Amino acid sequence: MSPSPTRTLGAFGLYRRMAGASIIAQLRYPGTFIIQAIGNFVTTLLSFFGIWSLFQRFGSIAGWDIGTVAVLYGLVNVAFSVAETLGRGFEVFGGEYVRTGSFDRLLLRPRSTLLLLLGHELRLRPIGRFLQGVFVLVAGLWLAPHVQWTATLVLPWAVAGGAAMFLGVLIGQAALCFITVEGLEVVNVLTYGGVEAGQYPLTMFGRWLRRFITFVLPLAAVCYYPALFSLHHPDPLGLPIWIGAFSPLAGFVFLGIMVLAWNRAVAGYVSSGS
Amino acid sequence: MQTPLSSNDAITVRDLQKIYRIREGGSWRGKTRDILALNGISFSIPKGQIAGFIGPNGAGKSTAIKILSGILRPSSGEVRVNGLIPWANRVEHVARIGVVFGQRTQLWWDLSVGEGLALLRDIYGVDSGRFARNRARLADALDLGGIMDQSVRQLSLGQRMRAEIAASLIHDPDILILDEPTIGLDAPSKLAVRAFVHELCRDRGTTVLLTTHDMHDIEALAERVIVIGHGRILADSPFEDLRTTTLSERILELDFNGTPPELTLPTGATETTRTPHSLTITFDPHQIPAPALVAHVGQLPGLDDVRVSRPSIDEIITRFYADHAA
Repeated sequence: MSPSPTRTLGAFGLYRRMAGASIIAQLRYPGTFIIQAIGNFVTTLLSFFGIWSLFQRFGSIAGWDIGTVAVLYGLVNVAFSVAETLGRGFEVFGGEYVRTGSFDRLLLRPRSTLLLLLGHELRLRPIGRFLQGVFVLVAGLWLAPHVQWTATLVLPWAVAGGAAMFLGVLIGQAALCFITVEGLEVVNVLTYGGVEAGQYPLTMFGRWLRRFITFVLPLAAVCYYPALFSLHHPDPLGLPIWIGAFSPLAGFVFLGIMVLAWNRAVAGYVSSGS
Repeated sequence: MQTPLSSNDAITVRDLQKIYRIREGGSWRGKTRDILALNGISFSIPKGQIAGFIGPNGAGKSTAIKILSGILRPSSGEVRVNGLIPWANRVEHVARIGVVFGQRTQLWWDLSVGEGLALLRDIYGVDSGRFARNRARLADALDLGGIMDQSVRQLSLGQRMRAEIAASLIHDPDILILDEPTIGLDAPSKLAVRAFVHELCRDRGTTVLLTTHDMHDIEALAERVIVIGHGRILADSPFEDLRTTTLSERILELDFNGTPPELTLPTGATETTRTPHSLTITFDPHQIPAPALVAHVGQLPGLDDVRVSRPSIDEIITRFYADHAA
């Protein structure tokens, strides 16, 4: 255990303590953890081989080369793995907190509920997805033509924006649990579906879906546009290329909106008791 | 805005009302129905008192406990706990109370008791000197020495409850709310928990609000009992008063070494049970005092043994609920 602090820990200090404790708990059975992480790596990598074999067969698809698609794929998977690592408490919120009533327990602690749920678990298992995402991303940068040096700045920024967006989805999902614990599988359309959709260039989708992943869930803003910027690939839909340097901000805006929704949901719970 | 109603009271409740709005049929658009969980209750608990808070299931106990804990907002009424409005500033309020829900753990299943306490130290911001003192004191009083390094998952129910109580007190709360603290415990663990709560109140002046279905907890601990039913307070008095007003009758049991004889009893006494070797007589001590009744039956032939007892606390409370249709 870490040495005793002598004063009240701030939010970040407490988060580190809770995250540390959750890592101790996860590593109590190291065999299980290693097998799960390897399984996570292999299954996510297999899905990339599906895409790769398509490009092997056709060379390029609708004007997109394998390098660009690999960058998109890596970006969305790395971002999602970071959100999965941080947001486990929100992912299991319905089953482990609402249904069991232990959310009341959480309210009895003198800290923000968001902080306590972030501290529920710093999940190690998504390291498999993270590593394979980095692997595919680097391979994509190696394969793609016209890679810009600014990619080293924009891509981490895009990962941060994407992680914020996916974390926002998980927080929104948790907020919905106050209304219904059943039927939340629908939200997986936004998480796992978002990861799937983010792997492909925006132009491959129909207008309706394009609008959805641009304006409702800002997936294009945290993946597609930063990738175009990094690879100096003009947008076939006509937006200026510099958009991609700023658009990841949309992920943080989305997260902010979901945090507001969360706070409203908690206030509603406290006044209705259900 | 947070001026205490009375500075000597740890808890003050005035005209507290809570209405739940329930959706009928569970559909989103369906009709709603209002349920009156608390219908205007008022009481106050002075600092350092142990008050029992009892009532049948669905009486409104847990609603009141949730409001006092700051995790539920009432529909109307005034509440001050430590001078604060619980729901107005949850974080400030919960830092000063301790709550044990017998059915739910506040520790971490996968961590050891010691690791869990250390994490609570950081959540509550207890400085390390005070933490070390409290931890040592609680480990000693609750006999936690042997289980500090065990993970919570491995503890027996009795061990876990002792760890829970330590966890609820690591930040020196002025008020301790105990919700079913002895549920499922074996007899030695129940006695240990009761003894600890008693000492806590005596030595540290902690105010304790105790809800339980185990009337022996109430008898052993509570100086005062608040009975709630249908969202109202049905009684608020020392337990002895409840006994006197509800069920003051006594029971006289007689054992015989042969068949019990037929006998005529004085007014106020009635024969309730007859077996081949015993008789049970119920009597009202105001009409016929116990010594007089014992003298009356004392010369019966074949009488072997005589016992006078009072109805159990469970019988009293059952009668009380029945009298109030609670």
